[in-house]
Formats: sequence, C-alpha cells, structure tokens
Amino acid sequence: MFGKKTEATTEKGTGFVTRLRQKLNRGGSWLSYDLANLVPGGKIDDDVLEELESELIMADVGVSAAAHIISELRKRLARNELKDLVALRDGLRQTLIDILAPVANPLCISAHPGPFVILVVGVNGAGKTTTIGKLASRFQDEGYSVMLAAGDTFRAAAVEQLEAWGERNNVPVIAQQAGADPAAVIFDAYEAARARKVDVLLADTAGRLQNQQGLMDELIKIKRVLSRHDAGAPHETMLVLDASQGQNALLQAEKFHAALDLTGITVTKLDGSAKGGILLAIANKLGVSVRYIGIGESAADMQAFNAEDFVDALLSVENKFRKEST
Amino acid sequence: MFETLSTRLTQAAKSLSGKGRLTDANIKDTVREVRLALLEADVALPVVKTFIERIRERAIGEEVGRSLTPGQTFTKIIHSELVNVFGRDTVPLDLRAQPPVVIFLAGLQGAGKTTTAAKLARRLIEKDKKRVMLVSVDVHRPAAIQQLKILADEVGAGHSPSRADEKPEEIVLRSLDDSRRQHMDVLIVDTAGRLHIDEIMMAEASRVHAICAPHETLFIVDSMAGQDAIKSAKAFDELLPLTGVILTKADGDAKGGVALSVREVTGKSIRFIGTGEKTDALEVFHPDRMASRILGMGDVLSLVEEIEDKVSRDDAEKLARKLKKGKSFDLSDLKAQLDQMINMGGMAAMLEKLPMPGNLNSAALKSTANEKQLKRQIAIIDSMTPGERRFPKIINGGRKKRIAAGAGMQIQDVNRLLKQHQQMEKMMKKISRGGIKNMLRGMPGGRLPPGLA
Repeated sequence: MFGKKTEATTEKGTGFVTRLRQKLNRGGSWLSYDLANLVPGGKIDDDVLEELESELIMADVGVSAAAHIISELRKRLARNELKDLVALRDGLRQTLIDILAPVANPLCISAHPGPFVILVVGVNGAGKTTTIGKLASRFQDEGYSVMLAAGDTFRAAAVEQLEAWGERNNVPVIAQQAGADPAAVIFDAYEAARARKVDVLLADTAGRLQNQQGLMDELIKIKRVLSRHDAGAPHETMLVLDASQGQNALLQAEKFHAALDLTGITVTKLDGSAKGGILLAIANKLGVSVRYIGIGESAADMQAFNAEDFVDALLSVENKFRKEST
Repeated sequence: MFETLSTRLTQAAKSLSGKGRLTDANIKDTVREVRLALLEADVALPVVKTFIERIRERAIGEEVGRSLTPGQTFTKIIHSELVNVFGRDTVPLDLRAQPPVVIFLAGLQGAGKTTTAAKLARRLIEKDKKRVMLVSVDVHRPAAIQQLKILADEVGAGHSPSRADEKPEEIVLRSLDDSRRQHMDVLIVDTAGRLHIDEIMMAEASRVHAICAPHETLFIVDSMAGQDAIKSAKAFDELLPLTGVILTKADGDAKGGVALSVREVTGKSIRFIGTGEKTDALEVFHPDRMASRILGMGDVLSLVEEIEDKVSRDDAEKLARKLKKGKSFDLSDLKAQLDQMINMGGMAAMLEKLPMPGNLNSAALKSTANEKQLKRQIAIIDSMTPGERRFPKIINGGRKKRIAAGAGMQIQDVNRLLKQHQQMEKMMKKISRGGIKNMLRGMPGGRLPPGLA
C-alpha cells in the first residue's frame, strides 16, 4: 500500500475490467472451469444445477440466494432453454445480471450549496479508512476539491492513518484528539468544508459490529447532527463491506440499513480468492445501490460497480464467449 | 433472520418424534437442516460435507435416550462431534522456551492482528506475569506502527520502535536484540495484513518468520469470514506453518463457522477468541462453548464467567454480609444490581448468550428488558430520599406522586418497581448470600428473578 502506488494509476476503463477478471479468478478459476467439468456429456440436468448451487454457496452467495438463482435456472431448463454448456452459462450470466443490474447505480455527486457529505460506515477491519483514501484520490482526479473528517476517534492511530492518506493526496484532514465525540468532529469538518467551499467531504467513522446498539446509536446521532444543518446531509451513507466475509455480511447490511438508511455499498478486498458472492445475496434482499468495488491496493483499483463486468469477471467469461452468446 | 440450528432442529425433530431409533430414513430431513445451518454459519462446503457424513454414520442406529427427544439426541450427537473436531481441551500458549519467546501473528487485512497483539500482551502481562514486548513489522498500512505503539503503552508492554521506510527483516532482527537486552519473556511480532495469493507479500512473511523463529505462529481470523477462509488458512499454514489460531470479533452476531473450517483444514487448535474492542476482551477458546454457539444453543458458561469478571466481588460480599446480618434488601441494593446489569452490556447482550427455548420469541423478550428500562428504574430510585430507599414501606401515595414526577414517569411505573423490589426482597431472603452471581447460579430450572424475565 505504502510506496506501492504504481503505474496502474493511469490505466482505467477497459484496463480495470481486465484486471477485475484476472483478480476475481485468481486462486483457482471458479465457475468456468467447474462448469466445463460439471457437464462432461454436455447434458444439462437437475444434478448439474445442484452442483452449480454448491459452487454458488462456496462463493458466499448464501443458501437462499443460491436457491433463488437455481430456481430461475430451473425455469429455463423446464422451457428447454438450457441445451448445452454455453446456454447454461448464458442463462446463469443473465440471472446474475438480473439480480445485480438494479443495484448498479454509480454515485452521483450533485452540485448544491455546501459540501457533498459522504458518511462512511462499517464493521471493524472492513477497509473504511483505505476506501476513503482511494475515493479522495478518485474525486480529486475528477476535479472535485476534497476534505476528510477523522470521525474514528476510538481506534488507536486511526486519525494518523487518515492523515497519512490526506498527506498522500494533498487533502486537508479535520481531526480532534482521540476520544473526542465523533459527531462533533464530523460537524466541525462540515463547517470547515462549507467555509472553504469544498465539494466533497468524506467522513470516516470507527468500525463497529452491527449488534452493538450503543455504537449504532452513535452513528444515528452523527446523521442527525449533520441533517440539522443541511437537510440533505449526509448525501451518501456508504457501508463498506469486506468481500471475504460470509453470511454475516448480509446481516451487517440489513442492520446498518435499518439504522441508517444506507444509500450505497462499497465492496473491498475482492482481490482475494473470495468471490464476494454475498453481494448477490444483498442485492437480492436489500436492493441498496452498490457504488464501488475494490480489487487491489492502488487507488485505481477502486472503480464504479458495473453489473455486467462483475458477472463476467465472476464467470470468467471470455470475449469469445460473449460474441457467441450475443 | 437466519434461524439457529436449534430452532431448525426443533422443527425437523417433529418428524422424528415417536421413533425409538435414528435411521437413515428418519434423519434425512434433519440432516438437511443441519447442512443448511452449517452453511449459513459459514462453515466451508467441503468441511460441511465430511462433517455431515461423520454425523450420519454416528447417528444411525443410535437409540433415543429415555429422557430425550430424537431431536435432542441428534443435537447431542452433533454437539459432541463438533467438540471432537475442535479438540476436547483448551490448548494454552506454549511459552516453554528460551526467552524471549517469539509469538508471530499473521492473517488477512482487517482481521484484527494489531488489536489482538495488544490483547495478547495484556493477557500475558496480567495473567501470566510475563514481560512482553511488541513490535510491528507492518510497513505497508499507514500508521499501523503508531497504532501498535499506542496500544503497547496502554497495556504496559514494551515496544520496539520501527519505521515505515525500513525493511521488515531489519525491524524484526533489531526487536529480537531489543527484547533480549531488556530481558523480555515474550516478543509479539505484529505483521502487515496480506492476501494468501499475494506472492510477494507471502514471501516477505516467510522471510520475517524465518528470521525470528517463532515458538508460536498464530493465524488471526475474522469470525465473520466466509467460505474462502479455508483457502487462506491452508496457504498460511503451508507457508509458515501455523501453531494455532485466534478468532476475532466473536462479540458480533456471526455464527463463526469459520472456526470449524479452519480447524478442520489446518488441524491447529484455536487458542483465544476476541470478544470486544477493549484490550481486555480476549477469552480462552472453549471447544464446547463454540460448538454450542455454532448450534445456536447459547453460551451460558461464558456468560457466567463474564458476570464473575464484571460483578465486583466486593459489592456482592457487602450485600451478602448485610443480608446475613438480617438486614433487608433495600432499594439502594436494587439500584446496585441494576447498575451491574447495565455494566454487563445490557439485557440484550446477556440474553443473546442464554439458550432460549426454540419457541420463545427472544426479540419480544429483549424489547421488554432493555437497557433503557433499567435506566428508567434507576431514575425512579434516584428520585427517592435516602430514607425511602432504606424503608420502602413508608412510600405512600403522596411520595409516589413526587417520585414519579422527579423521574419523569407515571405512578404505575413507581408501583411496578416497588412490586419488583418486593419480589426480589423475598428471593434475597431465600438466597441470603451473594449478588447476581448466585441468582443466576440457581437459574437453570428455577425461576428467573423479576426484571430478568
């Protein structure tokens, strides 16, 4: 991370898609390989779908979302639409896109008086501070002026970590001493951002487990304080989710959503061999917009979420196959 | 939300009732439920498959005990098989080596290595009376080194300084020297988080590991981790190799099936679980308790221990002496008890650890016995005069009105509190000794004291 800011910063767009495909299939390719093995005779039947369900579960999709996906495929099978491997892949691809496309809404920084406030929340170790660092660099590249608020006043050296990111991007960081009231820190930062006519304010918060009501109430208070001075703020309440987590991530999303009315989700650490299948479960159940996905250490490795790219990467669909299927 | 395994089993067991022996046919549905529950608890699929096979083999032909339902018999089998997998006993850290004994922590990003390093140091200092030094070789994450330094100061451990522009190999060499010179018993090496497929970072871990030749190499894993955890655990184990595992963030509501996966794949025992944000929140891992947790059976033992830790012994003894002397349990004592409950993290956290009968709606229970209510009850007691607290009998209608107004509550609330106190007073006379600890000790089978149920 440190000192690792490499040449990757310049390549975006298609470069990201290629890297996404590589990274999501690192550590053993997933469905493509297994699918070919699953269907030695080329005949698609219930057994194949059952195996596929297991594969989905191993990608953290979860039992109920996997069942939903398989039942969609079963309908296609009943209509005789799944004649061969290509048809099965295409069917699966379409089913997954159908689930993810509705939530693939990029974050739009709307112009209005006062800063666009993004409140970043999540469990401990999800990658909130790192995400803020990357987003700050991204927004700067897009021409916005950015300010950071060190709302994690609990964890040791959390403020310093954010300040390191601020220094790296040459972005001001508003912080107070450790143990300060996070709502006060973030409100201070809001005032400063407004006074200096900053476009985007990224507010960090301490990690918290969703079952700790007292800490969840603290976030509600931050939201309340912000909205008192700007009815629209925070304009984005973003949950940061670790892709390597399992079914508890759905619970996280549900509880954070219930408490804070999330407007977006960013998924980090998709560069492991974890597939982030829980995203399908969350999209299926909650329908909160997915904003960005992170697949690596550099700022350019965090990009807007695109359902088709993600699914293709997940299925490791080659261009060749895409031509065949369309 | 996800039903716990015990709820699922209660339902599935209906089909088992009336059968004297478990057979392949009559446990089929139940086995399916177990499979789903394990998957929902994030146990890795390959591990689930072998585990289910073992259970099936053990269960078939098993006679249903007279006092148990078939569902309970089956649950018992699963529980004991889970305990088998985890290993029957708790395995303590092995510190029998020439000091400084090196403990090496490794894991993915955000697993909680740095926090765990501090917790481990504190435990070794306070419980084992060791001299402990911490060193961070995390030159990658901004401020990671500083974070460990702050935590080292907080828990009273030594700290070997390092800088982000140094090589991890240099840092660890120097820290070995530092710890030897300062006569440390233990050196804990906190490493940067890394992905198991990142070859460069894994090679770095391997080099640093070789230099410090640790006596214990612990894999730090997030209890919320998903299916992929077996791959990372395996990769770390093959590279380093590991000697044990610490499960972090176990105070969340994740079922922690990853514990089972990691144990099954690496064969290494789980030593500790992290149960909170503060540096004292590290508990010894107990196989039977984790088995209960994965099965959703609650964790009474941990609760009792937590209470023993948090309920001040002095207070309890003071109350005991008072009651022995024949004095009654007055309202100030009730307030002390309520304070203790809040101190333990409120009713919700306590109730989550209790095994609830499958058909009991724990959500409804939680809403009636929450922290807010405890605080209200305290407010009522606070609105009383010392005399009223000591002799609740003197509280008449006029006084009630004043107390209610003072606490911002209704007279009915005051009445309810007084009634509750009366019942508790009765009970206290029976128990005659100890605080909450004793009340809970008499709980299984017995009645819950008012305010707890």
